[in-house]
Amino acid sequence: MEGRQEAGKENKPSSRPVDAQGDSSLQVEISDAVSERDKVKFTVQTKSCLPHFAQTEFCVVRQHEEFIWLHDAYVENEEYAGLIIPPAPPRPDFEASREKLQKLGEGDSSITREEFAKMKQELEAEYLAIFKKTVAMHEVFLQRLAAHPTLRRDHNFFVFLEYGQDLSVRGKNRKELLGGFLRNIVKSADEALITSMSGLKEVDDFFEHERTFLLEYHTRIRDACLRADRVMHSHKCLADDYIPISAALSSLGTQEVNQLKTSFLKLAELFERLRKLEGRVASDEDLKLSDMLRYYLRDSQAAKDLLYRRLRALADYENANKALDKARTRNREVRTAESHQQLCCQRFERLSDSAKQELLDFKSRRVSSFRKNLIELAELELKHAKASTLLLRNTLVALKGEP
Amino acid sequence: MAAEREPPPLGDGKPTDFEELEDGEDLFTSTVSTLESSPSSPEPASLPAEDVSTNSNGRKPAEVVLDDDREDLFAEATEEVSLDSPEREPILSSEPSPAVTPVTPTTLIAPRMESKSMSAPVIFDRSREEIEEEANGDVFDIEIGVSDPEKVGDGMNAYMAYRVTTKTSLSMFSKSEFSVKRRFSDFLGLHSKLASKYLHVGYIVPPAPEKSIVGMTKVKVGKEDSSSTEFVEKRRAALERYLQRTVKHPTLLQDPDLRQFLESSELPRAVNTQALSGAGILRMVNKAADAVNKMTIKMNESDAWFEEKQQQFENLDQQLRKLHASVEALVCHRKELSANTAAFAKSAAMLGNSEDHTALSRALSQLAEVEEKIDQLHQEQAFADFYMFSELLSDYIRLIAAVKGVFDHRMKCWQKWEDAQITLLKKRETEAKMMVANKPDKIQQAKNEIREWEAKVQQGERDFEQISKTIRKEVGRFEKERVKDFKTVIIKYLESLVQTQQQLIKYWEAFLPEAKAIA
Repeated sequence: MEGRQEAGKENKPSSRPVDAQGDSSLQVEISDAVSERDKVKFTVQTKSCLPHFAQTEFCVVRQHEEFIWLHDAYVENEEYAGLIIPPAPPRPDFEASREKLQKLGEGDSSITREEFAKMKQELEAEYLAIFKKTVAMHEVFLQRLAAHPTLRRDHNFFVFLEYGQDLSVRGKNRKELLGGFLRNIVKSADEALITSMSGLKEVDDFFEHERTFLLEYHTRIRDACLRADRVMHSHKCLADDYIPISAALSSLGTQEVNQLKTSFLKLAELFERLRKLEGRVASDEDLKLSDMLRYYLRDSQAAKDLLYRRLRALADYENANKALDKARTRNREVRTAESHQQLCCQRFERLSDSAKQELLDFKSRRVSSFRKNLIELAELELKHAKASTLLLRNTLVALKGEP
Repeated sequence: MAAEREPPPLGDGKPTDFEELEDGEDLFTSTVSTLESSPSSPEPASLPAEDVSTNSNGRKPAEVVLDDDREDLFAEATEEVSLDSPEREPILSSEPSPAVTPVTPTTLIAPRMESKSMSAPVIFDRSREEIEEEANGDVFDIEIGVSDPEKVGDGMNAYMAYRVTTKTSLSMFSKSEFSVKRRFSDFLGLHSKLASKYLHVGYIVPPAPEKSIVGMTKVKVGKEDSSSTEFVEKRRAALERYLQRTVKHPTLLQDPDLRQFLESSELPRAVNTQALSGAGILRMVNKAADAVNKMTIKMNESDAWFEEKQQQFENLDQQLRKLHASVEALVCHRKELSANTAAFAKSAAMLGNSEDHTALSRALSQLAEVEEKIDQLHQEQAFADFYMFSELLSDYIRLIAAVKGVFDHRMKCWQKWEDAQITLLKKRETEAKMMVANKPDKIQQAKNEIREWEAKVQQGERDFEQISKTIRKEVGRFEKERVKDFKTVIIKYLESLVQTQQQLIKYWEAFLPEAKAIA
């Protein structure tokens, strides 16, 4: 199914959980996106006066796999070990929506033409919403990179933004996926091992606090996100329910006795409008609440990853210390042990310093994002509730007014 | 249906006039109209409108007449039955409602009726407004409440007892406010008695709430969970609506069984209502037999009105069923929404607890509180969805089944008349044969039989015309009630939706400053 998205042209989805205000020296946005059979092509537009680039304005077409490649490149780079790597955008997933549209097409002969048209409209709107979201997620990823003083200078990033050709990054095959999966397991095991290591004392209260905080926070935000999704889903079901009700009321109205005719027809109209409002409530909750929670779920995971790397560095430092002690007692290879220990120490301290800054940034980012979205959520809920009230009141007046 | 007749605009052109006009039209189409003539007092004058009947009406005797005849059967009711009693007015709006219900419809009261026949114009001497008022306003000064479900007994013999409270100013009741304890089978017993008396003569008797073996078993077994409380509440509300509909029917209100049900502290246990009893099985067999009969009766419908009406009710039935199914889905999803909102509220609270930024933490806790309140709101709305909208629809689906039943009875009545005519013909043939064969004693027998069957044919015709007439009135009344019912409930339901939205506004308005306060 084809769909074009002119992300730059229309009002930017303020649903973005992160306010990526880069300075003007590097501005990145996704100006266009096309959805083809099973992939989405994003047009990434860059405006920059940085000397590194050949032009001041240029654009390339990228697919989801290339974003993942970029993300992994950052993660694997030792230089950025002390930074929170912005979470990779989720894969565009139109599967569910596509299935629903297909089911509708195969169809249920018991629904009327109007019902069918409405349901189709609903599903198309859903598809479009998913599309917009995936564009926003990919855009936010790039914009955070562009805003970060260190990350924006990465060579791979420049290649991603500028290189006109296809990056020839195929999607991970099964072996690689499995590898990634195993790596995660190894990482968690390692983390568990490190933390239970005796003698590994967390010297810094700040990090001790952050670790406890992040562990709990991550679990709870995951929970909240899942449940917010369910609420949103229920709202959607409710909105969809109004379709057959409106249709049934409409056909009742056309067949009924005069006294009830107008009542039923007005009621049918009311439910049709309520459906639209309910649908908007559902999508606003999705954008302002679910999406925000989901983003911070991923971001808090990235923060956890940072803490893990620091812990790993601390463990290495401790091990280096022990090795140095051992070397000194044996009086063998002391020099190597010393330099190794020095290296570990430097690395650890470097990581700690930048991690501290990153975590503070994470907190302020989180707070301002929550604030913005909660305010917008409340304002939108109010707007819809007021519209519903007006609609209902008008209908009541009309119904009471008749004999 | 009166609506189609488009009554000419009357004084104030209120739609309720059409009912009066129906009676008027009946008066015109029938050569003999019977009216109670008591022009002395205004209230009893309303009675004539109700008692309009066609030619050979054997079934609507005037109250005055019946009083004497039926005294033995209605010992309790005697004091109320005076035609001139002013309390009559509220109950008897514009329908025929003899104090005594035709328990034995074949009783011939025709001769008496004819002697009482008056000229039609009497009804039009009254002002239109007067008629409207009676048809319109607070005609039924009787309120029924069903409350306080109480479990009586233990184990499988346990049952729920409900308190039935009546508040009325009608003089036919000995007190103005009284209450009794009844169980579900009592209600079923009442319905079964009323149905057996009135259904086959064309009255639309409101159906009783349905049995539910599963629901009741849960209650008996003592499960104190929310589903059995919900079940009991659903049943209580249904019983209340059932009684309210029954007393609204002017004829049924007069019925002594109904009065006994409402008033007397002890009621003989209605065992025949049990599904697996002998009577229950008999009922099922009869229902099956009826269904078969219906298919085989081929009636010559001389009156297009009946065919039209039947079609209309058939359509209405289908539409209501469709709507009902959709509304049930709505109720289900709204309940889900409520549950999901509650779950989210909890996790938002947990998240708020973990959040180490104080202002954000507080805001998240506030969000959790708002969501919890909203979950309550959704639950209440789901109840409104169900009890107002969904139950209204299911009540009417069953009421329409009763209406269809009444039409079927008319068909059976016609069949009986047809059969009588056929038999009469046969008897005449027999007589002719006997005349030819010259068997004097057989001839006499044949003549006797002919006389017998002539009477039966006449009765059959009268019965058929009576039931047709009753059905017309009943359908008119039913439709009027239905319009009122639907309109009232729709408005109530919309008001509940408005309420919900207004509460939502309140909650979010309270939350907004909290969100803004995050620094």
